[in-house]
Order: sequence, then C-alpha cells, then structure tokens
Amino acid sequence: MSISVDRDQAFLAGIHRIAEEFAGPNAADVDKNARFPHEAVEAMREERALSAFVPTEFGGAGVSFEAIAEACFELGRRCGASAMVFAMHQIQVASIVRHLDGSPWFEDYLRRLSDEQRLIASATSEVGTGGDMGKSIAAVTPGADGVHNFEKQCPTVSYGQHADDLLTTVRRAPDAEPGDQVLVLTRRDQMEMEPNGTWDPLGMRGTCSPGCTVRATFPLEQALTIPFSTIAPETMVPVSHITWSHLWLGIATDAFDRARAFVKAAAKRNPGGEPPPAAHRLSHVMSELSLLRAEVSSALREFVDASEEPGRESLTTMRSALRFNNLKIAASEQAPRVCQGAMGVTGIVGFKNDTPFSVGRHLRDTMSACLMIANERIHQTNAGLLLIAKEV
Amino acid sequence: MTDEIRRILRENARLSTDVDALSNDADLYQAGMTSHASVNVMLALEDAFDVEFPDSMLKRSVFESIAAIEAAVSELQGSVAA
Repeated sequence: MSISVDRDQAFLAGIHRIAEEFAGPNAADVDKNARFPHEAVEAMREERALSAFVPTEFGGAGVSFEAIAEACFELGRRCGASAMVFAMHQIQVASIVRHLDGSPWFEDYLRRLSDEQRLIASATSEVGTGGDMGKSIAAVTPGADGVHNFEKQCPTVSYGQHADDLLTTVRRAPDAEPGDQVLVLTRRDQMEMEPNGTWDPLGMRGTCSPGCTVRATFPLEQALTIPFSTIAPETMVPVSHITWSHLWLGIATDAFDRARAFVKAAAKRNPGGEPPPAAHRLSHVMSELSLLRAEVSSALREFVDASEEPGRESLTTMRSALRFNNLKIAASEQAPRVCQGAMGVTGIVGFKNDTPFSVGRHLRDTMSACLMIANERIHQTNAGLLLIAKEV
Repeated sequence: MTDEIRRILRENARLSTDVDALSNDADLYQAGMTSHASVNVMLALEDAFDVEFPDSMLKRSVFESIAAIEAAVSELQGSVAA
C-alpha cells in the first residue's frame, strides 16, 4: 500500500513539474498556432509518464488510476491540449492493460511502450457511422501470408501525425456486423496516414486533430481478442469520461483561480473597503465550480470501486452506462459555465488574450467538451436506457 | 418459452439474420442486435413474461443469447413463485 502511494506521489510530483515548466509556459503559443505541445509531451517521455499506468511487470510505473485522473487535472490547469493528449494516450493504455487477456504480443508491446515511451493515438470514430463509436465500417481483411489489413476513413484523429502507434476500432472480419468490433494496435511503420482537411478549430487547438485515411497492414495478433463491446463499457467509455472531465475541471479551476486573483488585486487597490462587486460574482462561480468538482470526484470513486470487484460486473450494467454518460454530459456543460462565469468576473481584462487574467482559451477549450462524443448522442442513448433502468 | 423469446427477438431485435437460423447459444450481438434494439427486447420480455429485470440483470451478458435470456427469465419467474 505505502509503496503504491509513494509511486503515485513521485509520479504526480513529476506531472506537477511538467505542468509548471513545460505545459503552462507554452500553452498560449500552442493555442495561438494550433500546434502540438511538443515540449510537454517530450517532458512526459523523459519523466516516463507515458508508461505510468503500465504495470511494473511490463516496465511501467504501475501507478493507480486515481493518480492518472489527478494528473489530467493538474495538466489541465496549465494547458488543456497537453492534458488532452496525455488523457487520450492513457485511455488507450488502460484499454490494453485491462484487456490484453494474457496476449504475449501485447505484453511485449507494453514493454516496448515503456522502453521507448511510445505515444498512442486512437481512431475510434469513422465517416459514415453517424458518430456511433459502437459501429464500424472498416474491417480486418485477410491478405496474403497471414498478413491482415484495414482501411478506415476517420473524421478526426487527435495528434495522429505525432503519435507512434494507433489503436483503431474495426469490424472483426469483412462479413462481421457493424457492432462486432475489435481494437487493433498498429505501429507507424505499419501504416499510411493520409491527412485530409485542415485544423483551425475554436479550442483544444494543440490536439491537432484533422481527419485522415488510415491504411494498415498487420499480423492478427495485433488485434485484442476481447471484443470492443466488452472493452468499451468496462474501460474505454468510463475512462474517457473520467479523464476528460478531470482535465475540464482543471481548466475550469484555473479560470476560477485567475478570476480570484483578479478580485484580490482589485480589493488590494481599495484596502479596508467592502469586497468589490466582482467578489460576489466570484462567489457564484465558486458554487458552480464545486458542483463540477463533486460530480467529477464521485464518478472517479465509483469507477475505482467497481473496477476492484471481481469481473467488473457492475461496469457492464445499464446503471453504470447511465452513470458515466451523465458524468460526461454534466462536466462538459458545467466546465464552460465556470469559465464563462470567470470571464464575467474579470470583464474585459479576462476577455483580452494577453493579460495574467485571460480566460478566453479556457472558455474555448472547454467548449470542445460537449462535442467529444456529442452530448445529444449520449442523451439519445440514455433515453433508451431510461425506458428500462429501475434505479438510477 | 424459447418460441416466445424467438418471437420477441424477431419483432424487436432487428437482427441481420433470421432468428430461426440461430442456435440457442448464438451471440445475438454478433448477429446484429444493437444496444438500442436490446432495450426494446427487454421491454417486450418484461411485458410478455410479466417480470421486471432488476438493474443488476440489465447487462450485456444477460441478453447475449436465447439461452441466456431464457435462464434470466426463468430465474425471475422462479423468484416470484418462491
């Protein structure tokens, strides 16, 4: 127990340093130029943070999932894009770690990931599926000499051009149903990634997520044998929603901190007087922030508890699906609300992009939250589940 | 009961294959049942067999095959009788 606590603390101390020394100082430039946060990701490699969640037997640090979530929060406070790259990589790592099912190829892969600090991107969305991650068009297609291949049209692949490897959902075989999916891990030297479209979005600009066509050839052992329909509810969906909501909370917390610093500076200019009107507004923002914080931390607790149950049974229930869907919806709506509230406190000083109290990037970054798996699609899923769920 | 379950699947599961061509152990999700369709299957099962699936049984594995559905419905009916 104390070993794992020490491990988590050492890891988080490293993350804190990366956030302060690399993610924060470059955040404005990353945002302005919509460029990849190289400095922060390179620092993560040096800190061996990319293999933090890999068990020690495969060369990783074996930190707890709580520590990964906390790291997303810490990075989010300094640079939303750096935090999102970190989070998305950890989602892929968690999907492999929790579902490799004794596969020698994936065990070796995790050792290699740890040795080389490889960065994994994901290609789970596909043109033509209407945004439903649970369906694929692209399929694992047998080729000559036992080598398989797929071609997938992806509407977005976050940091695809900067990743070493790609984890992709595809149908199990050319004649498989759209929902009969597997996850395939392919290395850059096994793929052609042809970018299409540009990347000049409102927020999360450093994630560099234009669309692309992926063509890959690989031996079949690079497909996880556990079906994606099991991996999604047990790991990929809840881990995505928890890591994302932690980093959104981080962004919102920094916006709040900037608003608080603004109010404090105003109060100092008028010592002995009543708290300035902005202080009242700040109090309103704080109550919005505390709602967000409560939702995010209770979801993490529930996920960790459920993960410790044998067979992770409760994660496969509808109640669990609703729980983590609601986290996504609530956090993605609440985080921009807090940022907008912070802007209301700071006024024009926060609206400007070049003051110590600027919160424009925070607001823009958190506005991406409702699009990452569109909230309306999640509501549609929930609406179906609510017809049958008994206790929610 | 199997026939009734097959009827419900035929009307609600929107499988890409004929229900009669599936064995009792065949994976319904692999046969094309979406999670949305599975909700309709559950509603129809509750109606037809006058049972209520508790939340602990509302999970993928309970509805993955005709045999699994039959076992679940039998269990629920048994618990009512007892």
